[in-house]
Amino acid sequence: MIKKISVYPEKCTACRLCELGCSFKKIGEFNPIASRVRVSIFGEDAFYTPIICTQCDEAWCLKACPSGAISRDVGAKVVKIDPNRCVGCRMCTMACPFGTITYYTPEGKAIKCDECDGQPECVLFCPTGALKYEEESTPTRLKRVATARKLESSSKEVQP
Amino acid sequence: MKGWIGKILRVDLTKGEWKAEDLDRNLAQKFIGGRGLGSKILYDEIDPKIDPLSSNNKLIMATGPLTGTSASAAGRYMAITKSPLTGTIACSNSGGQFGAELKFAGFDLIIVEGKAKEPVYLYVEDGKVEIRDAKHLWGKTTHETTDQILSETDMDARVACIGPAGEKLVRFACIVNEKHRAAGRSGVGAVMGSKNLKAIAVKGTGSVSVANKEAFRKATLDGFQKVKANPVTSAGLPAYGTAILVNVINQHGLFPTRNFQQGVFEGAEKISGESIADQILVRNRACFACPIGCGRVIRVTDPKYACFGEGPEYESDWSLGACCGVDNINAIGKANYLCDILGMDPISTGVTIACGMELFQRGILSTKEVGGSLNFGDADTMLEMVRAIGYREGFGDLLAEGSYRLAERFGHPEYSMSVKKQEFPAYDGRGAQGMGLQYATSNRGACHVRGYMVAAEIMGSPQKLDPFDTEEKAGWDKGFQDTTAVVDSSGICLFNTFAFGAPEILEYLRAATGMEMTLEDLMKAGERIWNLERLFNLKAGLTGKDDCLPERFTKEPMPEGPAKGHVVRLEKMLPEYYELRGWDKDGVPTKERLKELGLE
Repeated sequence: MIKKISVYPEKCTACRLCELGCSFKKIGEFNPIASRVRVSIFGEDAFYTPIICTQCDEAWCLKACPSGAISRDVGAKVVKIDPNRCVGCRMCTMACPFGTITYYTPEGKAIKCDECDGQPECVLFCPTGALKYEEESTPTRLKRVATARKLESSSKEVQP
Repeated sequence: MKGWIGKILRVDLTKGEWKAEDLDRNLAQKFIGGRGLGSKILYDEIDPKIDPLSSNNKLIMATGPLTGTSASAAGRYMAITKSPLTGTIACSNSGGQFGAELKFAGFDLIIVEGKAKEPVYLYVEDGKVEIRDAKHLWGKTTHETTDQILSETDMDARVACIGPAGEKLVRFACIVNEKHRAAGRSGVGAVMGSKNLKAIAVKGTGSVSVANKEAFRKATLDGFQKVKANPVTSAGLPAYGTAILVNVINQHGLFPTRNFQQGVFEGAEKISGESIADQILVRNRACFACPIGCGRVIRVTDPKYACFGEGPEYESDWSLGACCGVDNINAIGKANYLCDILGMDPISTGVTIACGMELFQRGILSTKEVGGSLNFGDADTMLEMVRAIGYREGFGDLLAEGSYRLAERFGHPEYSMSVKKQEFPAYDGRGAQGMGLQYATSNRGACHVRGYMVAAEIMGSPQKLDPFDTEEKAGWDKGFQDTTAVVDSSGICLFNTFAFGAPEILEYLRAATGMEMTLEDLMKAGERIWNLERLFNLKAGLTGKDDCLPERFTKEPMPEGPAKGHVVRLEKMLPEYYELRGWDKDGVPTKERLKELGLE
């Protein structure tokens, strides 16, 4: 069973504790720009959500990296950066369609989520369950269950 | 430095200059940060007798050593200045993201001095400051101002600004950050307006670091656990926001109704947190680093009152609702929205309108002075008055002076529901004796967040006290007041204290700053801060005689409900309180106590 970080945007309150947990674990300081997970906040639409790397099977960042710094842990399904090989060229940030691999100025390196080797700190810090570390099919399974429940109630309504 | 950034930004608006100064670590240890450190700087740098709206006043925006960290709800900043409403020291606390961003931008505090010749705003970015022209922003609402400044600076900047009310020196104008969070009370926004300072925008990419990482992480996770285990912080506040209190306080008979003429509101159910959740709530919104998330994003669709914003909170729900006899949640939502965009404290706004309503009810005011009628329960007139106050139009110009100056002008100051000229929040002291004492002794006039005795007297936290008993209330009050001074100085939200107290805050502070501090030292710091504020007020010309309550609280028995027949027995509690504080019979701190506290 493969576990992944899943995102439930409707549960996010925009508190940004995930960013704090991540940066504290990664650089030992509180600094949102060092965080591998970032919260997007659209106040006027009452919409907020964490945005975090989905660890693509065929990762754009990995293919774009000219220095061989980005590799794939096939077992854990995680895409990782070796900071010793990263030259700070930013090709990966251009290739990634989601903006979840970023260039971290103070270190001159690319940074991205590595799921903290199976113990993601952002999930531990999230107070509402907007971020979860769970079996990777769980979110879609929950959606199917919700759909089936809707079908159940609608079929009852139209029964003669 | 750890916890603190170690830098203070000083801006002289008269000269148009700024400089960064080093934070004195010894001073920071003694006064912690935020409210304590800001008050100390104000006390040292201004003569407490000055006119608060003159260029001699200073405005201090202060964060605490925990602001910007992962300590529970550690996103607070405070605005400290001399209040144009009370003449006392003012310290108004706000959440959102502004405080944390100020630290990421490289400063613990901003001290604003002097007065700009023409409207300006400050843009603070990573240790650098620009004093920018704001003529094009003058007259704009807080929302318009925020959007415009974001477009001129950085989309991720955090903007704290004033609206028309602050510009027009409404005595209870507030400072609004990120549109929906406010340093609300005591007219701190009017001080900003008097300096021609429209806004402060901050943006930073720096870090906040802590002294002991492992200990801080442990304290963080322990704090989350306690917030999760407490029913108020884990269930009540997230589900219904602070307005969950409407039904609770109403059932206990201390929900002030029609300018405190009653303690039970027949329309409470209609304006309750439950009704807000049912009718206008869109979603919860948390401040920075907050696991509670009490903020309410609301949308009113009724075309007459249509608006989209945050709130009402318990206080504004009550002040613009029950206190004015209004039970229409849509109208209250709209009035709260107007307070946000015009930039004024909804508590003082609502209670001042309610004071006008009582003066009208008693025939002291007529349609001639008001320009129409002003009846309790008239939602549309209440709304019109909110707007008129913000722009100081017509009768709104008199209301903008606050309830005390209004009632005094018409010869009846006894109908102003205020202490030291600041309006009461939503708890009638006749239904909670300790709260009554706390109102009389609060250093910024009537206020619920200087010592929230309701927690013990009504909600049973940390233990249930008989609300009608006066025994031992003085000691409880002192404990609550000193603890609150610690909370406000550390940079975390007071709502945490439902779930944990001073020992947990001590753990955070020790791990963050590396200070070797005992619980006794910490509580002494709280007491030191309280006494420093008191000294400011005494030097400003206030005396023990100002530790009083309106006659309604002390002489008019509550007419109905669970608190029926009660008055606040202040005369029983106040002498005991002075004694416990180490103050003389006139309420002046003794030399010995000041020496003990390191304030000689």
